[in-house]
Amino acid sequence: MTATLGEPTPPPPTDLLGRELLFVTGKGGVGKTTVTAALAQLASQQGRRVLACDIDASGGLGSMFEAGPTGFTPTPVAPGISVMSMDTEASLREYLKLHLRIPLAGRIGPLAKAFDFVATAAPGVREILTVGKLCWEVKEGHFDLVVVDAPASGHVVSQLGAPQAINDLVKVGQIRTQTDWMLEILSDPGRTGVVAVTTPEEMPVSETIELTERIAEQTSAALAAVVVNRVLPELFTTREEEVFERLRTPELCGSIGEVVGGDVAPVLEAARLAVNMRRARAVHLRHLQERLDPRIAVLLVPYIFTRVGGLRSTRQVATSLGDELGL
Amino acid sequence: MITRPPEARSPSLDQLLASKEIAITCGPGGVGKTTIAAAAAAMAACHHGGRVLVLTIDPARRLADALGLKGIGNTEHRIPAEMFTDAGVTPRGELWAAMLDTRASWDALIERHAPDRRTKEQILANPLYQNLAGRFVQSHDYIAAERLFEIHATGNYDLIVVDTPPNRHALDFLDAPKRMAEFFSSRLLRWLIVPYRSRLVNLASRPFYQVADRVLGTQFLADIAEFFILFQSMHEGFVERADSVVRLLADRRTTFIVVSTLESSPLEEAELFADELVRRRLNLGAIVLNRTLPEYLRDNRARVVAQALGERADQIAEGLPTDPAITAPLLREVAESFFNFSLVARREAEQRDELASSPDVVTSAPVFADDISNLAGLLTIGETIWG
Repeated sequence: MTATLGEPTPPPPTDLLGRELLFVTGKGGVGKTTVTAALAQLASQQGRRVLACDIDASGGLGSMFEAGPTGFTPTPVAPGISVMSMDTEASLREYLKLHLRIPLAGRIGPLAKAFDFVATAAPGVREILTVGKLCWEVKEGHFDLVVVDAPASGHVVSQLGAPQAINDLVKVGQIRTQTDWMLEILSDPGRTGVVAVTTPEEMPVSETIELTERIAEQTSAALAAVVVNRVLPELFTTREEEVFERLRTPELCGSIGEVVGGDVAPVLEAARLAVNMRRARAVHLRHLQERLDPRIAVLLVPYIFTRVGGLRSTRQVATSLGDELGL
Repeated sequence: MITRPPEARSPSLDQLLASKEIAITCGPGGVGKTTIAAAAAAMAACHHGGRVLVLTIDPARRLADALGLKGIGNTEHRIPAEMFTDAGVTPRGELWAAMLDTRASWDALIERHAPDRRTKEQILANPLYQNLAGRFVQSHDYIAAERLFEIHATGNYDLIVVDTPPNRHALDFLDAPKRMAEFFSSRLLRWLIVPYRSRLVNLASRPFYQVADRVLGTQFLADIAEFFILFQSMHEGFVERADSVVRLLADRRTTFIVVSTLESSPLEEAELFADELVRRRLNLGAIVLNRTLPEYLRDNRARVVAQALGERADQIAEGLPTDPAITAPLLREVAESFFNFSLVARREAEQRDELASSPDVVTSAPVFADDISNLAGLLTIGETIWG
């Protein structure tokens, strides 16, 4: 992908939630789980039945809805929203039951142990069981949208590329036949999309750019949107800044101080810091926008000063995303 | 909760690193581990002297530039003394840097442990190995620890500061050597490859292979088996090595520096990690809180001033020589911004107080508006966490 600015004629980004499978990914610590929960929340507000899937099994996704621990079986956490935690072994068990009709008692024991070792060395075994389960849920249609709190950037490429990788490695066998319908779902940009979450900081942005390139090169899936989280507010324009700088001179600082009855310098200093942080981040944001295909929707979520985590954050981020999507 | 003032803490990072040969920075992703590792190493090179190495995994481009790391791979290289001179300091010692190249490190490891040339080549050509070395996420963890062991064993450095790979779980790094050893010692592994060793065993007679064959296909199973058989030949060397790596991590000369920001979710993970280090009797030496907001944001007098600034913006603007139409809304904006950041600063302070009962060095680096792009910037951060 090259830097393209050109005349952007982006498709209306509202169809983001019209897809059936969304992989939400990004560097650790950028707010991936919050965005996943917020997208689920928004889609459910649009009347869609949503399954949100936690790949990490950290339980973080459930807590974004104030729900307790979640397991492999989808648990309703809010009207129209269910949450599940991925478990590759459970996925294997389900797969064997559904497709091979293998009676499990007595045989799954050694199989499960062996699985661990095969999966440790063999590429794509865990990944295919994860992606397979997600595609299966899409295929079965119990939900209108499956939104996935996917692993950090690099790993999601392995996951999305797993069906193809398996096709390359496994020449015969039942799995091979399964990967066809998975690829069908994954490679349809109208059905499957990747949502890259980032913050306007150097590392997350460069990782996001790299991710978008790797998704294009190594997977059949398409990037649907980029969410930029924790965008700091713009405090003032250049004209206002001139005034601001004059206020910071000792003379004016002094006259304001007399009116308010205290030292105004720290308050102005705080504003300076906020502006500098905002500016430094704006550079990264611009860099990101220049490097992205202009047809990709870039959704900005403001920094939330008040509270962090839980349903309250989910709702606030959902509202911001809804505004950005014109909902 | 009993809290102690930060200045009562002892020892400092300065003192800690004076007594250690290996410092491992770890913690959640996105908190600036690499920057802290590089800053600590630069400070040690400046003030302690000797040869200090920082082993990084995947530095930001600007940081790599700051260390002159562009295009540098697995081998260590010295940061030119001029870079310090440019930053206005005369270091007592030398700063070296290296970047971890997972693939090259794995190949070197195979080279070392393979019993003969043919085995080596077969392994390097096996499609599973190529995946394991190049893409397999967890292999980063093991290879970082392994590389650390190798470099330490050369006796070339007084201090090695290691940055750990970004993980979903910081603990993966600690578990990696043990997992690697278990993987190679496993009886199951041997059981798995039995049919491929002996043609006398009828594959189809075993339910497991029946299932595996139907699911995965024969060729794939054969690839797996070949890979395992080849790796078996290196079993002893690998297990021995992994054990040595584990011992090194637990050595008294090794310390762990947990890095976090004061945001609640990274901090929660960092705390869990710190607890786990203690539980495993590893040396938790310091907690570095990165990107903390300045103290004045929590100053009550400043808050009173900000309140007045917002409420009486019009009146204040009238009394100033600047355009009141611009100044009044500007003052309200400034006041609002102060309250926003003040709230975050208070939340952070509360998080920090909750950490306060921990007996380790707890030190903070302030938030910088700009990214670190040269050695001087690195040393500025270093100064804040050193003392």
